[in-house]
Amino acid sequence: MKEIVKGLWKEHPVFRQLLGMCPTLAVTTSAINGVSMGLAVVFVLIFSSTAVSLIKKIVPPQVRIAVYTIIIAAFVTIVDIFFKAYFPQISKALGPYLPLIIVNCIILGRCEAFASKHGIFASIRDGLGMGAGFCWGLLLLGSIRELFGAGSIFGLRILPLNYEPMIAMILPAGAFLVLGFLVAGMNKIER
Amino acid sequence: MKELILIFISTFLINNFVLSYFLGICPFLGVSGKIESALGMGMAVTFVMTIASSLSWLIYHLILAKFNLLFLEYVVFILVIASLVQIVEMFMRKYSPALYQSLGIYLPLITTNCAILGAALFMVTRNYSFLETAMFGFSGGLGFLLVLMIMAGIREELNYADIPKPFQGAALTIITAGLLALTFMGFSGLISA
Repeated sequence: MKEIVKGLWKEHPVFRQLLGMCPTLAVTTSAINGVSMGLAVVFVLIFSSTAVSLIKKIVPPQVRIAVYTIIIAAFVTIVDIFFKAYFPQISKALGPYLPLIIVNCIILGRCEAFASKHGIFASIRDGLGMGAGFCWGLLLLGSIRELFGAGSIFGLRILPLNYEPMIAMILPAGAFLVLGFLVAGMNKIER
Repeated sequence: MKELILIFISTFLINNFVLSYFLGICPFLGVSGKIESALGMGMAVTFVMTIASSLSWLIYHLILAKFNLLFLEYVVFILVIASLVQIVEMFMRKYSPALYQSLGIYLPLITTNCAILGAALFMVTRNYSFLETAMFGFSGGLGFLLVLMIMAGIREELNYADIPKPFQGAALTIITAGLLALTFMGFSGLISA
């Protein structure tokens, strides 16, 4: 249980460890994009953690990073093909950021720091926790940006129609600003 | 020639890798503390990015596309980048110890720099020619260097500022990046898309 919970708050991958920034900032223009990216990362994280944990004894330490990266790339290819086949719309919205999960430091970081030292089930729980933490982080960021940038969440209108959307929130600058304030807020709560 | 210049301006300033594609944020937050290390990291990235994207272009068009192996794209690209970084590191250590001294420690970090893989992926989706790809990689790297240097300059000054506790560290860096991104939006009028 400990392994799952720590990823949700104490060692939150986005707000506390600042890992996986690229997808966090790039795809959170809307809540739905954020969640799809989060789910893709959960999938890749769980499976590559399992795989790394399984082969941890046979991989020579000098080439371990290269091996992990190739394992991750294989799972990302699976997710990419899956999204292209069943959710072409989302696949288009995520664009190159879906394949960029390969170099997402959350995944490599968890493989290196946790899965390569622990058993399969602990690694799966760790992957699940970190992935879930990443997911809610993206959901929150995506919702805030969509709310102020388009006046809606998940495409449902929340703010009144005469609300003037703040375009900057959907643009890159808004991503940085919202994330910066969220990190600061998290620091405030923790202290 | 005109296309190449357009690619340079648009990648260097308007669609900057860091500020508008969010690529290479991890090193951007990690190495932007000092101007010296920012310069080293930026130069290493420019160097690897130019070669990596050109090499990926060759492999993609001459091997993968020919033999119908496009599904291997990601695995191959990441292999190219990882092995290229290794080779560059060994080559540098042997032939240019001075350069290795200044760039060496940043090289291993580059493998997981998403800007490099991002450049290779963009080059495919945008159907660039070989020359355009090389230009794209080079100007993308230079843009990264530019923003990293600006950021390092700002952060060196911020060391003397009285910052509220929750904002200290990463939070303020990210907000500063946001303000930089706003500033860079001013360049978007340079080229009428």
